[in-house]
Amino acid sequence: MATINPADTAWMLVSTALVLLMTPALAFFYGGLVRNKNSLNTMMMSFVALGVVGVTWAVAAYSLAFSEGGPFLGGLANIGLQGVGTEAKGTIPHVLFMAYQATFAIITAALISGAVVERMRFGPYVAFISLWTLLVYAPVAHWVWGGGWLMTLGALDFAGGTVVHINAGVSALVAAVVLGFRKDYGRTAVIPHNVPFVLLGAGLLWFGWFGFNGGSALAANGLAALAFTNTFLAPTATLVVWTLLDYFRTGKATAVGGATGIVVGLVAVTPAAGFISPLSALILGAVAAFPSYFMIQLRSRTRIDDSLDVFAGHGVGGLTGALLTGVLAQKVWNPAGSDGLLFGNPHQLAVQALACLSAAAYAGIMTLVILKGLSLVVSLRAVPRIEGVGMDVSQHGEEAYASGEGSILVHPDVLAVEELSGVLVPATASAQ
Amino acid sequence: MKLIVAIIRPDRLNEVLEALYRCEVRGLTVSRVLGHGGETERVETYRGTTVKVDLQEKVRLEIGVSEPFVVPTVNAILKSAHTGDVGDGKVFVLDVAQVYRIRTGEQNEAAVTPAEPVVSG
Repeated sequence: MATINPADTAWMLVSTALVLLMTPALAFFYGGLVRNKNSLNTMMMSFVALGVVGVTWAVAAYSLAFSEGGPFLGGLANIGLQGVGTEAKGTIPHVLFMAYQATFAIITAALISGAVVERMRFGPYVAFISLWTLLVYAPVAHWVWGGGWLMTLGALDFAGGTVVHINAGVSALVAAVVLGFRKDYGRTAVIPHNVPFVLLGAGLLWFGWFGFNGGSALAANGLAALAFTNTFLAPTATLVVWTLLDYFRTGKATAVGGATGIVVGLVAVTPAAGFISPLSALILGAVAAFPSYFMIQLRSRTRIDDSLDVFAGHGVGGLTGALLTGVLAQKVWNPAGSDGLLFGNPHQLAVQALACLSAAAYAGIMTLVILKGLSLVVSLRAVPRIEGVGMDVSQHGEEAYASGEGSILVHPDVLAVEELSGVLVPATASAQ
Repeated sequence: MKLIVAIIRPDRLNEVLEALYRCEVRGLTVSRVLGHGGETERVETYRGTTVKVDLQEKVRLEIGVSEPFVVPTVNAILKSAHTGDVGDGKVFVLDVAQVYRIRTGEQNEAAVTPAEPVVSG
């Protein structure tokens, strides 16, 4: 009979909060990369996931992902969080496991927004991520972590290279194609409006990622320490290589490039964190810079307006990480894992490739179905006129950097009226 | 010799600059301004505070041109700044008494003719 371990529980409580912080961090990362007039809308696309995906997860998606079911989908035993109490699930309380997994679902849905910013209407976006969580995230999470067919097959995905990053990256690519490119794309300069936000976001993502990967051990033990350390090491190597690539290509080490390099390193180490040695993590981080870097260069020469390069960062980064897991994994470091290609087990690489392909195919097709379905009911995009005005004012009725100049108060509140009449009464009295 | 003053939407600026570049208008001044052209009011809400944004952000272009350039310049702006909604802006064409180019002291037509690029000493 499983019992609750206090140390494990303490670490998982902290990890859950760390991973939750990654979504606001992503809001800053994405928000800085877009233009001033779309910055609030872009940040809200991440923040709103905290709400709607959180609710969707608790109500139904958790059960579909993690309760006992078939090879392709979980059951309905935990619908509405029935049967999710403080009893042990592994060595931590079941409710905590549910909350921890919820934070993953939230950020995965929010990641997709980077491909459709500056043009997708807010309402249809909210509908899309709710449906996507139910129909794409929950099944794929079940395949890999919830006892589904990829888990049975022995695919290694420590913290979500396939479930989170390939899943979100491929969905983002499809969403970018379905939505079409922004009206200014390739015509006028569309450049980041706040690079410090981008750096802040990347820094906070790294911080939160220690909970993402370190917490995926689901315990406070040596495995958590390994995953934690690899999460520190891999991005250091990616940052160095990315900066060098930037330097040799443009003659400058760019800040946006550095921030992107950190995120790509984090993505790539995610599936591998608990299966590879720290030295392998450095190698993995360094290697992972190349495919994503060149995919960004390549993508920006196409008409595919994956605006913030979610596919290059998360899709390609996740794929690189998942495949390298099949190369660099060592049973010496994690007996529950497998040996990879370099350690005499080429079969693992084939399993990894199959997991990547099936998740990518499923995510791509389902995203297409959901978006096409939604577009029958509502228009997904803002009209060009509204796109020109900006999504902050048009979708939210707010500006990121409002001056208040030229604005007239519409409903003065009670206090203001009283203050005003206080001044006016003596003046009126003296006039009589 | 005229001074063309145009008030346009900020989100049309790139299109207007492109159109001006195409008809070889090179010298211009751009400023961000606030103004109102009778467009539908925009309402913004911040917690309990609701405001009506009465003055909209606009961009003001000032272009000094010689006579042959007046019509092409005005047409370029009219076409490129047009969306068809209230608030597209205005183009004013003003007579100019005198123009001096500060660098050379050239006057009038010579002062609003683009400088010849310096090829060699």
